[in-house]
Amino acid sequence: MAMKYIDEYRDTDLSKKLLDKIERISRRPVSLMEFCGGHTVAIMRSGIRQVLPDTIRMLSGPGCPVCATANRDIDHAIALAEIPGAILTTFGDMMKVPGSYSSLQVARAEGRDIRIVYSVLDALQIARDNPKRPVIFVGIGFETTAPTIAAGVLKAMEEKLSNFSVLCLLKKTPPVMQVILDMGEIRLDGIICPGHVSSIIGTRPYDYLASNYGIACAVSGFETVDILYAILLLVGQIESGKPQVDIAYRRSVTREGNRRALELMDQTFDTCSAGWRGIGTISESGMALAHDYGQFDAGKIFSVSMKPPKEPAGCICGEILRGIKTPIDCRLFRKVCIPENPVGPCMVSSEGACAAYYSYGAINE
Amino acid sequence: MSETVLLVHGSGGRLSHELIEKVLVPTIANPLLEKMDDSAVFPVEGKLAFTTDSYVVNPLFFPGGDIGRLAICGTVNDLSMTGARPLYLSLSLIIEEGLPMAELEQVMKSVRETAEEAGVAIATGDTKVVNKGSADKLFICTSGVGLVPDGIDISGSNARPGDKVIVSGPVGNHGIAVMSSREGLQFSTPIVSDCAPLNAMVSRMLEVSPHIHCLRDPTRGGLATTLNELARQSNVGIVINEDAIPVEEGVRGACEMLGFDPLYVANEGKLIAIVSPDESETIVNAIKKENYGRHAAVIGEVTGDHKSRVAMKTSIGATRIVDMLTGELLPRIC
Repeated sequence: MAMKYIDEYRDTDLSKKLLDKIERISRRPVSLMEFCGGHTVAIMRSGIRQVLPDTIRMLSGPGCPVCATANRDIDHAIALAEIPGAILTTFGDMMKVPGSYSSLQVARAEGRDIRIVYSVLDALQIARDNPKRPVIFVGIGFETTAPTIAAGVLKAMEEKLSNFSVLCLLKKTPPVMQVILDMGEIRLDGIICPGHVSSIIGTRPYDYLASNYGIACAVSGFETVDILYAILLLVGQIESGKPQVDIAYRRSVTREGNRRALELMDQTFDTCSAGWRGIGTISESGMALAHDYGQFDAGKIFSVSMKPPKEPAGCICGEILRGIKTPIDCRLFRKVCIPENPVGPCMVSSEGACAAYYSYGAINE
Repeated sequence: MSETVLLVHGSGGRLSHELIEKVLVPTIANPLLEKMDDSAVFPVEGKLAFTTDSYVVNPLFFPGGDIGRLAICGTVNDLSMTGARPLYLSLSLIIEEGLPMAELEQVMKSVRETAEEAGVAIATGDTKVVNKGSADKLFICTSGVGLVPDGIDISGSNARPGDKVIVSGPVGNHGIAVMSSREGLQFSTPIVSDCAPLNAMVSRMLEVSPHIHCLRDPTRGGLATTLNELARQSNVGIVINEDAIPVEEGVRGACEMLGFDPLYVANEGKLIAIVSPDESETIVNAIKKENYGRHAAVIGEVTGDHKSRVAMKTSIGATRIVDMLTGELLPRIC
């Protein structure tokens, strides 16, 4: 595999030229939100926030699926792991996320069979290897992950793997953007739209942000040059007063998206409401297994009892996800809440804003 | 000799002797070991350095090395990082029954070759065989002693503001080599572990400057974690330059794909040196003359600011935190 592709997107000279250009054209103060946790990490790692002109304020958004998962859903996963004989399979990042009363990591230490997998296909294999035990996959993610989970469910159907099921917590990204704008808590001028998600859904779902809300939009990749280019496009749109949807990530993203993946999702999932941490229930922002695949829906097959969910005292992950606060504003940050002892999910996930500020923040902050 | 190691090979009886005499001792023979006494006895004069380490790498064989080479290099390097000249090592094997004899022989061959390369002798050893499942194929423990030359005072607590930070070559190879062979990942340019003994490099460095302040090999936790350890131990700040840190292109690409940061990936044949600024060029040039140090570079310096913490000047001119490794490296999920 040729790996030459990275350095050109981290080229220092090109980055500096882009920065100069941003500085030259940026006049009025603007607030830009980077939607994705992956963008937050890239911005912190390269230090983009520190070198942008003072006119540009960057806010982190809710685009980290681990962080956005509501406590109720984490509690649900833990409750499923307590079903006698069950094997719960999950992506690694979910293990340490504190739910209302426990975490998957603690549940595992207490003897539940909880296994980290890299993809839904690993979970299918575990189901094949353990035909007498229910194998439940915790399906979290955005539109990027959804097609792979859809493929997993179709495969389970084809193989008649009756012991396999999915706790489907998949979320859609465009609805939450609209909700954040409608809440009116923050004044936004532009959004760096998701990179990987957009490679699946294309850019049409963002059109309304530009046309109805007057928000500048640019889809970005995850390298320094990608992000600086996206910021340049956003500032250009704002300064010219012509908001639209630009693509600064053409090597992956087209306007139409990935038709095959979209068809697969359409076939496998129905749109439903979903609970978002710090935001609440958003209608049509979730993906549930469609009726034909109900036999694989862990939420339907198993009835488990759960105590009412609660949030940790003092944690402001919800406000951070809405873009109204930064990790620095949290009194727990770096003091009580550290990666080894996370209070909220944004400190756990490798794409959480708090973890990114903790690991890659400015040395003087 | 059977084709696999059996539980009885660890019984202490006839088969144990056969294993020791036919497979283990001949490959690493030296006068001290051949005496077959309960302890090795040798005279010493001067300051001794003494260290121990255990090796449990999975898989046993990986591109660029195996558990045998690793077990020798690790202990030789730990001795070298105090400026000591490694003399003798011990070698303990914990073998899971069923290990193919050919694999054990291959590991022992590698032990011998690496010990020869480093100029150390295995003075004493032990072998245990445990039931299937009680160990994973083969664990090795090595301890070592070395002599610290007079006038050498190398310690992690000796870094001073103004000092330069040197790394002896590109970082991240070992971790990625092991990881990719474990996960069955293939790269067009194979990534090879840097596993190597560093005692010759350290000797050469000490010849040009006996006043090196700190030496440390950035193994688990990688360059970033080791620099944090040194900053804490010396109660100083360290600033490194992103553009100066050598990373092979293949390692960078693999890290990108797997969601790792090469600064946190393990090395087994690299050292970090912290030296006074007027000696840094001489020392880098000395390292570059060594086979394992051709791409050595000054990557940063020690400062009196942000004590106990490490910062990095990024390519685009920002200065951000470089933290210790927290938890395990996890794959990205979206």
